[in-house]
Amino acid sequence: MKYPTNVKIVRVPCTGKVDVIHIMRAFEKGADGVAVIGCLEGECHFNTGNLMARRRVEQAQKILDTIGIGGERAQMYNLSSSEGPRFAQYATEITEKIKALGPNPIRISKNKAA
Amino acid sequence: MIVADRKPIEEIIGYLKDHKKILILGCNECVTVCEAGGKKEVGVLASALRMHAQKEGKDVEIDEITIERQCDREYLDEIRDSIDQYDAVVSLACGVGVQFTAEQYHSTPVYPGVNTCFMGATEKRGVWTERCQGCGQCILATTGSICPVARCAKRLFNGPCGGSTTGRCEINPEVECAWQLIIDRLKALDRLDEYEKLCPIKDWSTDRAGGPRKVVREDVQQ
Repeated sequence: MKYPTNVKIVRVPCTGKVDVIHIMRAFEKGADGVAVIGCLEGECHFNTGNLMARRRVEQAQKILDTIGIGGERAQMYNLSSSEGPRFAQYATEITEKIKALGPNPIRISKNKAA
Repeated sequence: MIVADRKPIEEIIGYLKDHKKILILGCNECVTVCEAGGKKEVGVLASALRMHAQKEGKDVEIDEITIERQCDREYLDEIRDSIDQYDAVVSLACGVGVQFTAEQYHSTPVYPGVNTCFMGATEKRGVWTERCQGCGQCILATTGSICPVARCAKRLFNGPCGGSTTGRCEINPEVECAWQLIIDRLKALDRLDEYEKLCPIKDWSTDRAGGPRKVVREDVQQ
């Protein structure tokens, strides 16, 4: 099982912990994309953590679209904790998607300025 | 509490286009509870504005501060030493906070970061509804603690009107008829006889009709 090496994993106790600000800060620090990967819908140990995460990702997408970074750079995925191959599949999927979109526009303008 | 809603980021970006050093000022009271202008929302807005500026290649510095209340001088004094370094402030407090901040700091432009909506309650997370219009002369004692000023579309004092159907208002089927609620409540309190009493004409001079209002309490003044 392999997944792209440029994916940095940030562990959280539940995707319900992930807030809009965490996604925004990742982009501010230069991330090209953010995938929030939670448990399957209806199977959250805390009942609604992954559903709240989805809404927050959608909120972050709207903001990213507004400021011209591109909402599609943030995505929510669901899998069960035993599905390693699916994790690898999602990691590959988001990496390819982001590669097609190109680097985070902030980094492009920073590089231009430098 | 005072309920506010977030302003579109595009609108705020428009206000700030000529400013280089900006303070996003949050308020820890009502707007924190209605998730429009607390510390968290300050962080999200500041992050979005920073990213937008970086993307546009603009050299803009954005700081974040959230104070206890923007409607009290003692808390606004906390930014007195640092305010001069900013070209502009975006206040995420209600309209009161925006104005009071501007009054304290005359030479700094203060822009609103939220749309102030009404005085209301939290029905559930993400849903707030209006309960009071601050008419200055509370009549809740006679209406079963349900306000016809804030909750009846016509502000009727002897309702309901003919537009009340199955407990809903004719302006919108989602709106409950305030007078149906009043009657149901008086019934539950076994005080329905009070509904028979006609409510006299209200003195609206304590409402906005009398111009901007003021409360003076000599007993607590220093």
